[in-house]
Amino acid sequence: MTTTPVADRSTSTVAARATDLSKIYGQGETQVVALDRVSADFRQAEFTAIMGPSGSGKSTLMHCVAGLDTFSSGSVRIGDTELGSLKDKQLTKLRRDKIGFIFQAFNLLPTLTALENITLPMDIAGRKADKQWLERVIDMVGLRDRLGHRPAQLSGGQQQRVAVARALASRPDIIFGDEPTGNLDSRSGAEVLGFLRNSVRELGQTVVMVTHDPVAAAYADRVVFLADGRIVDHMYGPTAETVLDFMKQFDAKGRTS
Amino acid sequence: MFRTALRNVFAHKARLLMTVLAVMLGVAFVSGTLVFTNTISDAYQNSSAKGFDRVDVAVSAKSQEDEGNTISKTPELTQAMLDKSAKVPGAASAVGVVNGFTAIADKDGKLIGGGFQSQGGNYWGDKDARYPLKSGSAPHGANQVAIDAKTAERAGYKVGDKVRLSVNGPVLTPTISGIFTTDDGNVAAGGSLALYDTATAQKLFGKPGTYDEIDVKAASGTSQTALKAGLDNALGTKLVETTTGKKLADDQAEQISASMSGLKQGLLVFAGIALFVGTFIIANTFTMLVAQRTKELALLRAVGASRRQVTRSVLVEAFVVGVVAGVTGLVAGIGIGAGLRSLMNTLGATVPDGPLVITPGTVATALAVGVVITMLAAWLPGRRAAKIPPVAAMSSVHAKATTKSLVLRNTLGALFSAAGVATVLAATTMDGSDGQGPMGLGAVLLIIGVFILTPLLSRPLIAAAAPVLRIFGISGKLARQNSVRNPRRTAATASALMIGLTLITGMTVMAGSLQKSIDKMASSAIKADYVVSMANGNELSPDVDKKLNATGGVTSTSPLRNVYSRIDGTGESLTGVNGAAIAQLTDLKVDTGTFKVGGTHVVVDKDTAKSHGWKAGSAFTAHYEDGKSSRLKVSGVYEGNDLIQGILLDKNVVTPHMTDPGDMRVLVKTADGASATTKDKLEKALGTNPAIKVQSKQDLSDDIAKMFTLMLNMLYGLLAMAVIVAVLGVINTLAMSVFERSQEIGMLRAIGLDRKGIKRMVRLESLVISLFGGVLGIGLGVFFGWAAGELLGTKMATYELVLPWARMAVFLLLAATVGVLAALWPARRAARLNMLTAIKSE
Repeated sequence: MTTTPVADRSTSTVAARATDLSKIYGQGETQVVALDRVSADFRQAEFTAIMGPSGSGKSTLMHCVAGLDTFSSGSVRIGDTELGSLKDKQLTKLRRDKIGFIFQAFNLLPTLTALENITLPMDIAGRKADKQWLERVIDMVGLRDRLGHRPAQLSGGQQQRVAVARALASRPDIIFGDEPTGNLDSRSGAEVLGFLRNSVRELGQTVVMVTHDPVAAAYADRVVFLADGRIVDHMYGPTAETVLDFMKQFDAKGRTS
Repeated sequence: MFRTALRNVFAHKARLLMTVLAVMLGVAFVSGTLVFTNTISDAYQNSSAKGFDRVDVAVSAKSQEDEGNTISKTPELTQAMLDKSAKVPGAASAVGVVNGFTAIADKDGKLIGGGFQSQGGNYWGDKDARYPLKSGSAPHGANQVAIDAKTAERAGYKVGDKVRLSVNGPVLTPTISGIFTTDDGNVAAGGSLALYDTATAQKLFGKPGTYDEIDVKAASGTSQTALKAGLDNALGTKLVETTTGKKLADDQAEQISASMSGLKQGLLVFAGIALFVGTFIIANTFTMLVAQRTKELALLRAVGASRRQVTRSVLVEAFVVGVVAGVTGLVAGIGIGAGLRSLMNTLGATVPDGPLVITPGTVATALAVGVVITMLAAWLPGRRAAKIPPVAAMSSVHAKATTKSLVLRNTLGALFSAAGVATVLAATTMDGSDGQGPMGLGAVLLIIGVFILTPLLSRPLIAAAAPVLRIFGISGKLARQNSVRNPRRTAATASALMIGLTLITGMTVMAGSLQKSIDKMASSAIKADYVVSMANGNELSPDVDKKLNATGGVTSTSPLRNVYSRIDGTGESLTGVNGAAIAQLTDLKVDTGTFKVGGTHVVVDKDTAKSHGWKAGSAFTAHYEDGKSSRLKVSGVYEGNDLIQGILLDKNVVTPHMTDPGDMRVLVKTADGASATTKDKLEKALGTNPAIKVQSKQDLSDDIAKMFTLMLNMLYGLLAMAVIVAVLGVINTLAMSVFERSQEIGMLRAIGLDRKGIKRMVRLESLVISLFGGVLGIGLGVFFGWAAGELLGTKMATYELVLPWARMAVFLLLAATVGVLAALWPARRAARLNMLTAIKSE
């Protein structure tokens, strides 16, 4: 178990950085602190998993860093851009051009074919897809013979592979996944996670994923643990066993404290 | 189950809002119509009943049947009869009534009122109980007149003023001796009444020494029936008939309600259309609510609710919606009824005062219409709800409707449409009135067929819009795909708009074509520069023709004089014309023979010739009202039209046989042709008579155009309700779509579609659906307009189809506007969705 600080600013470039990030709901008596001065770096070409029990703030952290949600104080940077000062329109553009998303519930458009779903972010931007890159992504997720199908004609695993391809297709600076394997059986889940890891290893992408599954977390290069809106620990080179052990230990600690 | 249904209504308040509004509008239209017509009908009946208070028995001439070739004269009510009536036992007094037409000009020389309700009459003695004087005194002699207080007030006339009047020719300028009040129904309805002393009235109205009616008042203690019997006894029953005041009042009441029921039915038809359109929205809403509640309903089934209970829970929901819509609609309808009356008053069509009439029938109808319509429309969705298998509660997504049902639907729709088109086409080859029935049947079949087919039609038609939508990038693409995603819903929404636009376009095509053909007929048949006629369609005095003929610059004139005669034992109307000039004044197509009118030579139109079996060269005998006759020879057969038809003969042949000749029109040809100065000259020659219209061909065309425009505008106004309901439908559908697709919208926002793009997507979907309905409606409307025209064409030689391209473009624009307006709120809602909650919600 390592205890080095999370924000290791000495190595490689940072894709996204949260500094003293706080998110507070409500006021006075009913005030709930979802994030309490969280600081974290997400380095380029790294696969990070965010873990923590329900209500720990792991999803909120991801939403804030991904520009999907507003925060109360602190700062978030994607590359050189400070999110706090952006208006909705600029934020939307940033998400479109710099960020890729994978959701738990696939979230494909049922009226579009698999290929159209994959190129949707580029279509929104009115850009042509980078043909070579697109081919590579499609081959990687193994969807070549399914491109003309609509989501309803695909299995859950295939749908999520389309979603992975969509997130990768525009070659974003960073990809966020919100429980991307939550709705999949273990085999399909393993496939999707494999693609995510490959995209980091082979394509040099940056991936941040929220999960509660130790097996999923084991695919990541690093795991960040959250509890009560704070980062409590992190782990490099996790395996399912080490993560599970940590969680158990953490749970026990949580119960006794 | 009842409680579940009620909870559901409250849970979906916002989504049911449009449904309630749609039903409410229809109900408001229905109850507004009922309240308005009942109120007006009651007011008229009250006012006319008051008018009969002073009459216990009315004596009138009995019209006599013509026999063979002799024309029977209508008996006259003489002074002797009046005197005799007054002396009948039980009679308190008898008043002789003289009626006629009198137009009153205001201070600018313009006719007061429309001309149709400009009445004249006699003031009986020095104090006529019928007409209490407000100021001044009774009229005496040819130079005095009394006018009603409403007219005096409108035109600003006072006792002592000179007023310009016209009866049937020369202008009179008597002095106002008195101003009276009256409860006469026509005056109450915006007409005018001028009264002269009895002798003057008899002279002016061409009835010297005679009366139109004798009103007898009973002495106290004598009943109306007893007095009637006494009068019958004294006057005999051969020449006159007697009617009790009560019967007169009853007859009038009946007549008023009969004329009101026509208006009522007309308005109710349009209310029905609005309601029909509303049913689409109701069905759409309930289908959607059921689909959204699939899991919930399946759960109910799983825990033991029967199919019937599930259906009933949906129907109970519909019942509650119907009651709410019925009650609010009734309230709105009462408002509309009251509003319409005051609107009519401000527009000058004076409606007698009276309380607003809300009968129990109106209330019951409003509620019944609201409830029945809503429940009927919700019945199918309710049945579908019952078919949800209990297992659907467990699976995440219930199996969607299969394409099989669409196959059945398309087959059915194609059959209906084909039958409809075939019937309409067959009807167009039939002759005039024979084709009306099949045409109507075919139209109904075709509309039903197209309704059923709209889901199928939506795909190719909306695909055709793809190139345009491509301009809008991804928003356009998504909008197009979203609009064909649920073809049934899109179809129902578009159909609602289609109905209104079908009717609007059909009417416009027909009206435009008819106007053109009538216009062509009128102007092509006449070579005269001017046509002179009475404003109210009455006959002109022969003096008018004489005066016009004597006016400088006039080269020739001809009256169109009405002559009643008997030919071969049947009644026939002849037209007396100036034989020497008629060929220069008209341009009638001659079928056979020559166009020669003069002496014993006459021309006959094709229809009349056919019915009598005449050809050029045939001869016949016409018997006149004075018992004399003349032998006439058909010199030619011509093609008649609306203005000139029947037997044309020289006026000099018939005028000597007539006691009171009158002309429908006078045709005038001038040396300089139609111009403002010529018209002015002609009007001056007639003493600038307020009741006489001098119209050039252009004026006639304008008149026809004005009539059609007025009619079309009224129809547009009435059909606007159906369009408004259709707009509610589009809003409803979009709101439902946005709600259903909130997860997708959230995802689109997350991956980078900005608010503007989302708004545009919803707006374009709305536009596509509306234009789809618009194109269908305009297409069907043109088809029906064409078909109806084909039928009319068999009766009108000059009929020609006129496609109002500009109007059609406006209608399409209207459909587009409907789309844009309907999308305002749903698009805003979609753009404001919180994307995190949208993505998470399943």
